[in-house]
Order: sequence, then structure tokens, then C-alpha cells
Amino acid sequence: MRPKKAKKIVFNSAEEMPLMICSVGDQTHNLTGAWRNIRPEIDLAKCLRCGICWKYCPEPSIMVVDDRPVVDYDYCKGCGICAVECPSKCIVMVEERR
Amino acid sequence: MRKVLMGNHALSYGAMLARAQVISAYPITPQTQVVELLSEMCADGTLDAQFIKVESEHSAMASCIGASVAGARAFTATSSQGLALMHEMLHWAAGGRHPIVMGNINRSMAPGWSIWTDQNDSLSQRDTGWMQFYCASNQEVLDTVLQAFKVAETLMIPAMVVLDAFALSHTYEVVDVPDQALVDKYLPPFKPAIKLTPADPRAFGGLTGSEHYMELRYKLQKSMEKAPALIEETGREYGKIFGRDLGLVDAYKCDDAEFVFVTSGTAGYTARVVVDELRASGIKAGNLRIKVFRPFPFDKVREVLGKVKKAAVVDRNCSYGAGGIFYQEVKSAVYGRPGMPPIIGYIAGLGGRDITADSFKEVAADAMARTKADEEIVWIGVKK
Repeated sequence: MRPKKAKKIVFNSAEEMPLMICSVGDQTHNLTGAWRNIRPEIDLAKCLRCGICWKYCPEPSIMVVDDRPVVDYDYCKGCGICAVECPSKCIVMVEERR
Repeated sequence: MRKVLMGNHALSYGAMLARAQVISAYPITPQTQVVELLSEMCADGTLDAQFIKVESEHSAMASCIGASVAGARAFTATSSQGLALMHEMLHWAAGGRHPIVMGNINRSMAPGWSIWTDQNDSLSQRDTGWMQFYCASNQEVLDTVLQAFKVAETLMIPAMVVLDAFALSHTYEVVDVPDQALVDKYLPPFKPAIKLTPADPRAFGGLTGSEHYMELRYKLQKSMEKAPALIEETGREYGKIFGRDLGLVDAYKCDDAEFVFVTSGTAGYTARVVVDELRASGIKAGNLRIKVFRPFPFDKVREVLGKVKKAAVVDRNCSYGAGGIFYQEVKSAVYGRPGMPPIIGYIAGLGGRDITADSFKEVAADAMARTKADEEIVWIGVKK
């Protein structure tokens, strides 16, 4: 799994900012999973371990752990591509309730 | 070495002597020879640079931005419609602080299709964050390319070297082409503090939230504010090495002048002839040629205008619905300051119509007859 929740970098003065507009850290503090309205749920009993969901996830928020897909819900935006592409239809999109 | 060069080739020689490393351009009349000669220089090994052919000016500027962010000295040239097509990328270059130098040959915007000169193409790019140098001779074009790289790379702001279509671009003049070793002394290699490199991977120009955007723009303006002094300093340094001082303005016989023309580009040299004629007839005239339009040389303009009784700004451009653009800027520079003279705005020479000595005589006669600017625009040489 990727390192999570890096501290957001906020500059307090123009002077300490770099002249050129460039990345000075990463965006992992931005938990984009909060944008999700539907969530993918995987029935591992039906999973073929083909890796197609991992390959298609654009985020990427599907990791392969011990040869099986695991969704990183901190960053999954709920686009549903994994559910569409899954050949055994073991991924279903479920309405998110918070 | 003294050579007889057209203005376009003065730009090419400037880029060659500056040892530009990446040149990317799309041809457009009247700019074509600039990059034609540079492509030959790249092909025959005179210049060790990558010449990138592109399908549009938008891509030409994008290539220059990519080259600059990777730490290369980048040069391009364009004109009119090509510059307009680059517009989005001009913001990217300045906002991203990529010190590209570009030649722009002033050509009127279509329609109607025109290849002849006026300044609306470059002045429409006024607010993109580029420095703009308006030249009046081929020598000044070559010299300014070298200075522009030095100032641009010190401040990390791109610079546009602007010259009139045909009056300079295709006119041959004697140009002293400086010695490469001396140019190398004046202009060291480009070494940006931050650049795109696998050793320090970064994303450039990315999403910037409201907590940071304004500070980045504040920094751009603060750097621009350093430019006038730096242009004068590097201009004096240029003079020490090459014998020609480069400044923000060219004030001709302004010290004791009572009436001055405020001009830019080649019209500024024509004005000198009329200044001499007016002086011969007993009128203490002068000519303030504004060379650097961005950053605007506030102090120089105030210094000269504060000593005269009347000023006539002659614009080869028009901001439709307002008036001459230099006129507006000159007025705003002196606004609210005591002791400033009446300033009258004239528009002449659009679409390549000649601005002749007679045009300036007409301006002078009109200005003498007025006590104040009672019209926003006084048109010169228009068939009303």
C-alpha cells in the first residue's frame, strides 16, 4: 500500500515559496475517497485473480495483496470501471451511505 | 565583425551568439527568415542547438517551455496571427517562470489580411507577464536579444524582442556582430535553480490552490519590479563590453526640450529627424522613444515629461474603444503628479501605412495649437 496522509504543505510567506510553480511534496493528504457515491465490493470467492481490475483502475486504488485485489477506500472515487471490466462479475457497486 | 544584415537575421545572429540550445518555430511572414537562417545554422553546425519543427505557434511555444523547464536556453520567433495563437502558452511561459526569448515582428492583425506593420499583435499580449522590448534598428535588435536572455534568466521572466515588419525585418543595415568570446563573458550559460531532471523529479505548473496562487503572482510582479534597474545595469555592462549602452528609453534631445514626441519602434528614429528640423526653426523639441514597454519605465517617463511643456504620444496601435495604448500608459504613469504637461494622443501608421517626417510635423503643428487633450484620439494620415 502507498504511504498515506502525508502532511499538507502550506507556505506562510511568498518568500519561502519556490519561484517556479512545481511540486514540493505529494497529494496523498487529499483523501479522494470522500468524493465517492458508490463503492466497489469484491466477492473474493468468485475472484479469478486475473488482475484486470488492478490493471484498469485509473486511480490506482486497487492493490494486489497476497495475490488478491484489495480496494484502497481512502482514494477510490467509485468510478466503477473495475466492476464493468471484471470478467467474473465479482465486483459490485454498492451505494455509499455515510 | 560588421555585417550587412536584415532585421530578421539580426535576431538570428542574436540567438546564435546567445548559444540558444533549443529553437522551435513555425514560419510566418514577415518572421520567416529569422528561423530559416537559424535552421541553416543548426544544420551546418554553426549553432549547436536542437531545431524543432512544429505544426503551429502554440506548439512552438509549448516546445520552448518544455526545453526551458529542462534547463535549456530556448528561442523562438513569430508574428501577428502566430503570436495570437501562442497566447495561452505565453501565460504558461511567464506564469511558470520560463525565461524564453522570442522575437516578434510587429504585423497587423487580420482581418483584413495584412503583412505590414503595426503594434496591436504584441500589445494584445501586454498582460501575459512577458517583458517587451521595442527596437528601432537592426543593431538594437541583435544587442537586445543578448541582453534579453541575461535579464530573463536572472529574473526568470520571458522576454519578447519586438521589431517593425519590413521597416526593420526586411531592411538591411550595417550591424556590428559581436565577438563570441565577449558574448560568452557577458552571457554565461543558463543554469536554473530548479529544473526538470530525473535526479529531482517534480511536476511543473500543476494545480495551485487559492492559498498559494496569489503569492506566486505577487512574486512575478515583484520580479518584474526589479527588471527596470536590472535592464539599466545590464545595459551599462553591455556598453562597457561592446560600446553600446542599452536602456529603458532613448531620450533624444530631451534635456532642454519644451515639446517632446513619445514614440516607440522605428517611428522613434523618424521623429528624431523632425526634432532636428523643429529645433532649426526655434522650437525646443525632443523625442522620448520608449524601448521597454513591460516593465513600464515609469521613472524615466516621469523624469522626461516633468521637464517639458507639452507631449505628443504617437501610437502605431489602437485599443478599440479607448485609444492609443502607449498614450494610455504614459498618462497613467504621470497621473496625479504635479508639474506634468498636457499629453495629447495620436494614432498613425496602422496596417503599415508609413509614418513619415511629415506625419510628425503634422503631429507637432496639431499639438502646438492645443492647450489640452480635448480629444482621446487625434488621427494622423487617415482618409476620413
